[in-house]
Amino acid sequence: MFRNQYDTDVTTWSPAGRLFQVEYAMEAVKQGSAAVGLRSKTHAVLGAVNKAASDLASHQRKLFRADQHVGVAIAGLTADGRVLSRFLRNECINHSFVYESPLPVSRLVVQLADKAQVCTQRSWKRPFGVGLLVAGLDETGAHLYYNCPSGNYFEYQAFAIGSRSQAAKTFLERRFQEYDTYSREDLIKDALFAIKETLQGEKLTAQLCTVAIVGEGEAFHIIDQQTIQEYIDAMELSTGGPDEEADAAAPPSAEAQEGGEGASSEPAPMDI
Amino acid sequence: MELQRSMVDGSVCMKDSAKSEISSERTLYPYVTGTSIIGMKYKDGVILASDTAGSYGSTLRYKSVERIKQVGDHTLIGASGEISDFQEIMRYLDELILYDKMWDDGNSLGPKEVHNYLNRIMYNRRNKFNPLWNSLVLGGVKKGQKYLGTVNMIGTHYEDDHLATGFGNHLARPILRSEWREDLTFEEAVKLIEKCLLVLLYRDRSSINKFQIAKITDEGTTIFPPYALKTFWGFSHFQNPSKGAAGTW
Repeated sequence: MFRNQYDTDVTTWSPAGRLFQVEYAMEAVKQGSAAVGLRSKTHAVLGAVNKAASDLASHQRKLFRADQHVGVAIAGLTADGRVLSRFLRNECINHSFVYESPLPVSRLVVQLADKAQVCTQRSWKRPFGVGLLVAGLDETGAHLYYNCPSGNYFEYQAFAIGSRSQAAKTFLERRFQEYDTYSREDLIKDALFAIKETLQGEKLTAQLCTVAIVGEGEAFHIIDQQTIQEYIDAMELSTGGPDEEADAAAPPSAEAQEGGEGASSEPAPMDI
Repeated sequence: MELQRSMVDGSVCMKDSAKSEISSERTLYPYVTGTSIIGMKYKDGVILASDTAGSYGSTLRYKSVERIKQVGDHTLIGASGEISDFQEIMRYLDELILYDKMWDDGNSLGPKEVHNYLNRIMYNRRNKFNPLWNSLVLGGVKKGQKYLGTVNMIGTHYEDDHLATGFGNHLARPILRSEWREDLTFEEAVKLIEKCLLVLLYRDRSSINKFQIAKITDEGTTIFPPYALKTFWGFSHFQNPSKGAAGTW
């Protein structure tokens, strides 16, 4: 894209009917480091590459929890992403307060998209420079959405955004048709493999990526580094990519729940 | 002195040119009231029952007041207390359900969500000393899950397997506590409800012999037409009541 006289502010149309500022904002998303998302009927997984600027620095946070049942991965201007995450958290908690019930994911993304659209129609604003992969669970199942700076949103079975995301998308395109019935472990493995594709040959380690999952009976949470490393090691043991036939080196489930607390003695008979 | 309507909550007050306000409209006491509501869960869903009386103080003035209404596809609401405030609540709830339906996205507000929304309204009004003078029972079924809750004018709210408002708490709940079971069929549930309604008819002076039962299951809602119960007044104490006191009437 080259500079032209119609791209100075977002409230100027080009003769071809384009809003260049919005398109430039989407460019910012493509420059950010990669984020991937995939979902089955019951679970949704988000993954992101986080490379620190240097060994001395900590890495940029790209995965945010908006509520127990929904979280986002961002790519682009992470400051904009943080602000939008705060908005999402606020919307979720306001709904929970009034209705004692989780905000349906489809309604959350519409509110987010409407907020992004406002910035495409005010001369004193600029579009948000961040794309969000919203993963959540509500009564209609698990969902994955992509929210654009343009104010558009789409639902996906699997998607990737950010730099070198095309490699991940190519991988996901080959496999997404079975995702509805995938187990949560296979979803995580595929997410890691998709992230690996965006690294273009660099070795995948748990330090380089973050993975989060949400699903039935499982609140949105970031999976700890040790478990991720175990998944990665299991993937490497089987030559090249995760296999459909579960291999014996399936990662031990580190998230085994603590055994239920020993049953307390009979409660006192209550007077009613 | 002139009347002025507040932009904040619609209340009207007197204002004189010295800019002092004397508020003259907030709920102080109820005028046309409904008496008890009884609600209970049964095997397939939830039943609500009430009489159809609207009392004006001690006068049984209106005899065909529908105090149980449907709210969306999954919920029934029964109200006791000020009838006009119930009508206002129905306007809020109908609007809520309408906006929910307009999303048209496969999600819908269930009885739990409606209950909590109502609770927010009732509690907020109470905090402004302008309550909606009602005790409400909300019952519903969504995706097989039965729900029964209550909320009143001061914002107290809770859920249970069987609930009542007003006199029903004192007269009907003890019967329900001893005879309610999880797996009552519809016919058994109606018999149990009628037992409670009869006690209320005998003992609550604001009740009349015209009842409505409503049920809600996963399949849908039914509000039955009003009907009466058979009463018995042939107790020996009621015969010849002036026997012990000559001259009395």
